Amino acid sequence: MSRHTVVKGHSMSRIRSRARAFAAVALAAALAVGCSSGGSTAGPAAVTGTQDSVDAALKAGGSITYWSWTPSAKDQVAAFEKQYPNVKVNYVNAGTNKDEYTKLQNAIKAGSGAPDVAQIEYYALPQFALTDSLVDLNQYGFGSFEKDYSASTWAQVKSANGVYGLPQDSGPMALFYNKEVFDKNAIAVPKTWEEYIAAAKKLHAADPTKYITSDTGDPGFALSMIWQAGGHPIGVDGRNVKVNFADAGTKKWTAMWDQLIQGKLLAPVKEWSDDWFRALGDGTISSLVTGAWMPGNFISSVPGGSGKWAVAPMPTYDGQKAVTAENGGSTQSVLKQSKNPALAAAFVRWLNHDGGVQPFIKSGGFPSTTADLTSPAFVDQAVPYFGGQKINQVLTQASKDVAPGWTYLPYQTYANSVFSDTAGKAYLNGTGLDAGLAAWQQAIVDYGNQQGFTVSAG
Amino acid sequence: MAAVATKTLSVTRPRKSRTLTAVMALYLVYTLVPLAWLVINASKTQPALFSTSGLSFGGPFALFDNIAQTFTYNDGIFFRWLGNTLLYVVVGAGGATILATAAGYGLAKYRFPGRRAVFAIVLGAVAVPTTALAVPTFLMFSKLGLTNTPLSVIIPSLISPFGLYLIWVYAADAIPDELMEAARIDGAGELRIFFTVTLRQLAPGIVTVALFTMVQTWNNYFLPLIMLSEPKWYPLTVGLNQWSAQANGAGAQPIFNLVLTGSLLTIIPLVIAFLFMQRFWQSGLSAGSVKQ
Repeated sequence: MSRHTVVKGHSMSRIRSRARAFAAVALAAALAVGCSSGGSTAGPAAVTGTQDSVDAALKAGGSITYWSWTPSAKDQVAAFEKQYPNVKVNYVNAGTNKDEYTKLQNAIKAGSGAPDVAQIEYYALPQFALTDSLVDLNQYGFGSFEKDYSASTWAQVKSANGVYGLPQDSGPMALFYNKEVFDKNAIAVPKTWEEYIAAAKKLHAADPTKYITSDTGDPGFALSMIWQAGGHPIGVDGRNVKVNFADAGTKKWTAMWDQLIQGKLLAPVKEWSDDWFRALGDGTISSLVTGAWMPGNFISSVPGGSGKWAVAPMPTYDGQKAVTAENGGSTQSVLKQSKNPALAAAFVRWLNHDGGVQPFIKSGGFPSTTADLTSPAFVDQAVPYFGGQKINQVLTQASKDVAPGWTYLPYQTYANSVFSDTAGKAYLNGTGLDAGLAAWQQAIVDYGNQQGFTVSAG
Repeated sequence: MAAVATKTLSVTRPRKSRTLTAVMALYLVYTLVPLAWLVINASKTQPALFSTSGLSFGGPFALFDNIAQTFTYNDGIFFRWLGNTLLYVVVGAGGATILATAAGYGLAKYRFPGRRAVFAIVLGAVAVPTTALAVPTFLMFSKLGLTNTPLSVIIPSLISPFGLYLIWVYAADAIPDELMEAARIDGAGELRIFFTVTLRQLAPGIVTVALFTMVQTWNNYFLPLIMLSEPKWYPLTVGLNQWSAQANGAGAQPIFNLVLTGSLLTIIPLVIAFLFMQRFWQSGLSAGSVKQ
């Protein structure tokens, strides 16, 4: 196919865009299928059952396939099989996030080949729930677990029609900052975004090699920031979708973030690249506004930052009431293709409600179970990497301060894949995020209407 | 003037063009810099990778340690991927070469009805990028229940319209009809002519097609990406991409040093294949250029 080896940069990006084009095709096909069979799935036909069938399936045993890229998955599966020797879990790492979704979408479209249980991030969940690909866990009585999870995570697995997974990790946002760099340049921890921008200017002026943070145009981050600013750009009601990236909340964020982009105060470093990990370690990037799942990444992959980083609440616009948003995080869902959905549900229950939670936390994950979010052993744990700071005090508080009422698009993975083609100019040329988001919105409206949704702007 | 020119220039010492030399030198740098970058960085530990400049050595020399890690990471899955790639190359590219040789020769040397139609279809197929066919192929294979099996990668690799076309053109020129006539008069059957007389004549063409299909299958990415969902069937390309994607998001496990070392190891067999087979290739390119 390609005569270039995969290590050449431009070849990789071409491969990505091919993969993206394919993802779009597969999704289009899947949505079309979902559309034609929509008659049977419409309406709140939520059947509420009990956990009896799940317990029975667990006793009977069997084998299931589980797709996940969580680092703890292997250990969790081993622990589960030890506890239930008559259940065999075939664990497959089918790819990280969008790679896995493409495969999942293909298998759903093809009608076979999907696993029994799959890890799906919250933002991608509506897409799979909408195409009627996931089992509503209400039928096993899992709706009663609501009280066991933080409100912000439960809201993301629950929709009008059912409960489509149990939350695993959550990512309430906080401010991670390099205390050493901040102290050296006499910068106080910013409480408001205004102070954050002032800090960005001061830092970059004092040391031109240092930047407050980096952002080369990440749709997940942009949405979380809009979420925190009180924006509600997406509204979904059945197959009717409203998109408005010009509401008051969105504009609050764009006005603020444009100052960082246009002032060239952001490090020109792509997130999750080797450069980015390097920049986090040597202070080039001196703060990150991101999800509570980040500490594990710091500890395992940014050894150079040990003892230097600290955690503070996410800055706000008015400096008054604490407010934050979710960024990232995954759920485990049961696929409709599963031949043994009750056993699959049993595994999900163990994974994210019972025995699987502790191994997950131990691997550096940030839980969504209220029992753990309030347990002193978790909350008051001093973390040496962060100079002994009890970072979970800040992070668990953040999970309580998540602004309610957020919705993702029912085709968010596609939308995210075209973010850099549309809104990307705003980051690259500093032409303004409002114009960039307007272009993104147009692409979202056009695509949605082509797929049989009724999408309106504004 | 003319006398000077004939004195200094000859077939073995053609005139040197500074512009062309400069362009070639630029191209050489363009091609070699990524390779140098790869070799340099494959010798670094991950922390050194994060803390030193990309185009100079730095930190402890960890190439051999990296190689050891690459082969042992995740229960030695890299070995498995290497084996898969070899399987896809040997069966897929090998099969493609055999099919292209037989078909190309047949089309070049035998007259039969429908030959022109086949010609048109093959020429058309050369123009269609395989990427465009990947999705329909996937849907077809999933109906046959072949997705997520090695066959789903091997079967599409068996077809090489370009290779067929190449052999066709080559055979038309390289094998004189008189030679086949002579063999027939001596009583040889068509199969015997193919195996004992013409196959040898075709060798340079076959090597060329083999190299092409080998490179294509070795670097095949999109097709296996779509067809396969279990890492145990991945070829190196898709596997390395999975290692690279591991650096993303919550629970990221960046192993850039292994991705780099793995990439280096991945290209070595291809380099060897080229060095080993290029002499056949050269003789192939010159064959037919001289009237015997």
